[in-house]
Amino acid sequence: MPTKEEIALELSNLERKVLPAVLKSNSIPELIRETGLIEIEVLRALQWLANKELIALEKKEEEIYKIDSNGKLYLKRGLPEKRFLQEIEPKEKKISEFKQVDKDELNVCVGLLKRNNYINVKKEQELTFSITKEGQEKIKKGFVEEALLNKLPLSSSSLTTEDKKIFEELLKRKNIILKDKKTEFFAKLTVLGKELLKDKKLLETKVADKLTPEMIRTGSWKETQLKTFDITSKVPRINKGKKHFVNEAIEYIRNIWLELGFEEMEGNQVQSAFWDLDALFVPQDHPARELQDTFYLEHNSKVDSKILQKVKKVHETGGDTGSKGWQAPYSEKIAQETLLRTHTTVVSAHTLNKLKKEDLPKKYFIVGKVFRNEVLDWKHLFEFHQVDGIVIDPDVNLVKLKGYLKEFFTKMGFTDVRIRPAHFPYTEPSAEIEAYNPVKKQWVEMGGCGIFRPEVTKTLLGFECPVLAWGLGMERIISNYYKINDLREIYKNDLEQLKTMKTFIK
Amino acid sequence: MPTITLNKNRILDLLGKKIPDEVLKDRISYLGTDLEEITKENIVVEIFPNRPDLLSEEGFARALKTFMGFDSGLKKYSAKKSSYQVVVQKDVKEIRPYTACVVVKNLKLNEEKLLNIIAIQEKLHVTYGRNRKRCAIGVYPLTKISFPITYTALKPEEIKFVPLGENKSFTGTQILKQHKTGKEYGYLLENKPKFPVFIDSKNQILSMPPIINSEQTGKVDVKTKEVFIECSGFNFNVVSKAINMLSTAFADMGGELFEVKVKYDSKTEITPSFVPEQMYLEQDYVSKYLGTHLKSTEIIKLLKKMGFDAEGNTKINVSIPSYRTDVLHPIDLVEDIVIAYGFENIKEDPQRPSTTGKELFIEKLKRKIREILIGTQYIEIFNFSLINSEEQKQLKLKNVVKIKNSLSSEYDSLRKSLIPSVLRTYKSNKHYEYPQFFFEIGTIFMKNEKKDTLVEEQNSLCISACGENVSFTTIKQELDSLLNSFNVEYSLIRVKEEIYIEGRSAKIIVNKEEIGCVGEIHPNVLNHFEIDFPISILEIDVDKLSRIIQEKILEL
Repeated sequence: MPTKEEIALELSNLERKVLPAVLKSNSIPELIRETGLIEIEVLRALQWLANKELIALEKKEEEIYKIDSNGKLYLKRGLPEKRFLQEIEPKEKKISEFKQVDKDELNVCVGLLKRNNYINVKKEQELTFSITKEGQEKIKKGFVEEALLNKLPLSSSSLTTEDKKIFEELLKRKNIILKDKKTEFFAKLTVLGKELLKDKKLLETKVADKLTPEMIRTGSWKETQLKTFDITSKVPRINKGKKHFVNEAIEYIRNIWLELGFEEMEGNQVQSAFWDLDALFVPQDHPARELQDTFYLEHNSKVDSKILQKVKKVHETGGDTGSKGWQAPYSEKIAQETLLRTHTTVVSAHTLNKLKKEDLPKKYFIVGKVFRNEVLDWKHLFEFHQVDGIVIDPDVNLVKLKGYLKEFFTKMGFTDVRIRPAHFPYTEPSAEIEAYNPVKKQWVEMGGCGIFRPEVTKTLLGFECPVLAWGLGMERIISNYYKINDLREIYKNDLEQLKTMKTFIK
Repeated sequence: MPTITLNKNRILDLLGKKIPDEVLKDRISYLGTDLEEITKENIVVEIFPNRPDLLSEEGFARALKTFMGFDSGLKKYSAKKSSYQVVVQKDVKEIRPYTACVVVKNLKLNEEKLLNIIAIQEKLHVTYGRNRKRCAIGVYPLTKISFPITYTALKPEEIKFVPLGENKSFTGTQILKQHKTGKEYGYLLENKPKFPVFIDSKNQILSMPPIINSEQTGKVDVKTKEVFIECSGFNFNVVSKAINMLSTAFADMGGELFEVKVKYDSKTEITPSFVPEQMYLEQDYVSKYLGTHLKSTEIIKLLKKMGFDAEGNTKINVSIPSYRTDVLHPIDLVEDIVIAYGFENIKEDPQRPSTTGKELFIEKLKRKIREILIGTQYIEIFNFSLINSEEQKQLKLKNVVKIKNSLSSEYDSLRKSLIPSVLRTYKSNKHYEYPQFFFEIGTIFMKNEKKDTLVEEQNSLCISACGENVSFTTIKQELDSLLNSFNVEYSLIRVKEEIYIEGRSAKIIVNKEEIGCVGEIHPNVLNHFEIDFPISILEIDVDKLSRIIQEKILEL
């Protein structure tokens, strides 16, 4: 527990003014009057004092009657029932003859005035109204309602029972008044607050809230007591600029590959079916190529005929790759279809095609967007990110492949990696990658890997060389890290979410 | 890829062993199939498309049996000689040219086995048969048909028979138009002058592949003891493999197989044929891929574990089971050897050749731009590349790249500018405090005949601010600060664009080249997006900026 003296030093000048005033008055308007401060200053001081537990703020909710649109109008024009009586005072009037009372007001007036016996109603061809004695007296006495309306707003506790009755009647009518709730705060000294006030000196010591340039220059700080800070109090959040958390994760992962000596590849998101699939030896009738899985554009692409013929041969007969091929007719038309890339492996295919034998060994990676024709829901995105890596090196094999994966996932915070048999049309052997999450104590599916088939490498490279390849899903890593269950949350661009997302570090 | 449910007891029967679930779980997931779960009664497993031979309980158990070491090597199957004959006529040549067949006798069918047969047929149709396009299978009770059978093609109107499950006769055209299966698969025969049919010697139409069998001759039930099976398609190898997969499954069920002579114009094929295909495999080739040296004897042992037969030394001669469809290249044998060796037994070698990491310049630049904008309190947003084409049109973006088959009309085109999605982001954040500052770096797409795909992709940067006191100046300040950071001098030229307020918009010019636009969004657009505060925005071609900055770096 801090001592009284320590607490006193934490008080700003505003608090020093407001605290003694609470001895005399509790309500905010009174405190404003008492201290000569403005409302915001009093409110602030009260909040600070409450934080220090020198006062307690009590909340009181009160009902308030406020004037509404018609009420404002009646204050100018007079209540409709008053105008009604005034019109018939000199002489009875037919319903169509009223000038000062609007049509929609007439009904209300008639009911109301009749109930109070202020008017007589005759049913002739038309309704005709005449004033009674009571009515004439009413005009003389005047309408209390108008006087009350003039005083609004009023809190319900300040009203007499009679006035309340009048207001409740007015409430039943359209838009004359309305009832609202107002919260008022009252300050009360706590035991600690009272204790502090007993020692007058404590509050009278001059303290400076701020260290001013003036004090520094003149050296007056030596004689000044600076207010101390309550170091435990909450501070307002700083508005800071921020990278999108997906880009944070992407950058983190890119960095790992760069550290491991990988070169970054680039490539387009719009591709021909040829590069996205055929060049990777995906048979043209492969189930995954069906229309509904892939976004297609309306036009065809151009494909270089030299490489097209080479790939065609490999599909049909295996060409010079030592394979039997798919032994099915190959359609150049299907190859020319334009699509949104279904995997970043298409960029690896382009890269292989540009590579020269003397450049080896080479290691490449890409983190990029890929597409799948899905309807957006909590577990499906139609756009997501994939990490692809390839190693082109005559000396690589499955043992090396596992080595690269282990290295990457260790840097990603996983302790172990295992691979299990899987199938992809372009790698053989193919495997599924699982990494061990030491916190959750479970194996997490991460993506696929393998060694590119000779049908792919021989055709694209022009020579035989094993090429390690892997493709990892980014969104799984992101949703695991940020504990996002609904994948749509990743791309919802909600300002609050973007501001409060933690940084990506493993 | 299909997920199939196998009867656990049936699998254990076929394996001939009692095996605890834990062991089954482990072995199945390393066999090259993706195990979903093992329950009290069932094994649920996903079969990859390269192994359709595992789609039946019999085929699955056969593979598991050698893999687990309860058996070894290539399992021998044979079909008895017979006089059954199928004559293939020239008419089918242009329509569905090939068929392979088998007769199976001595079937002891019960309800469960019958369902199993139907399930195998369906799974093969969907996967290996590519929804009956590549191949389709028909099964007929032998007693209802009489040999020889003719595989021919007739004009749709000449075809008349009662389709399976119906009680009246349909013509070929009617089947396509009115019958459920006909409507589903009719497109496979669309625009063909003639439809393929199997006809027996009594001139009964047995079926119209790949659509439907006849009710009279194509209905198999528990009393059926003998069946005739045909598979039709476009490649003899494909259809005969399908017949082999079925025949071996039937044989494992206890059926007795009989050959069928399939007489083509020029030659006669006898199906099924279980003669294994031969492939040579170099011993070194295996070690090279595996990364561990294996002796020939080890390789042969592992191949036998996967149901192959093999012999040899440095050069190993491998006999491939006749039902395997996935061995195109020696590398496919390597994969099976690795599976038998055990993926779990592969060590990891962290040694790697030293190469230098290299970041793309454009990525470096994007990173720098992000850092600069974050420093001035801008928040990065991340929108989809696909957006609604109507929205692009409303913002006067013309000639956008459209998607042909998007499942959702909200996302039916590629964005030509980042501005629409940025405005959308402001709209969805209206309930938060202002001012708001957003930026996005992303790809935009436009038509360009010069590109192979006829689409040009561009890295684009959009910086924007929204709030009561935001004006043209707000973003001009950002532009100024950004380009100054890269020491790039620029000038602004007034521009009139519908989305901007007149007199508050400009082209951004660097080295006489336009690199982007800056301006204050027109209230019309703000109203359209239901945004109540002014927005000032810029969009820059980052690829151009990157080129300009790289040139500057070279100058230094």
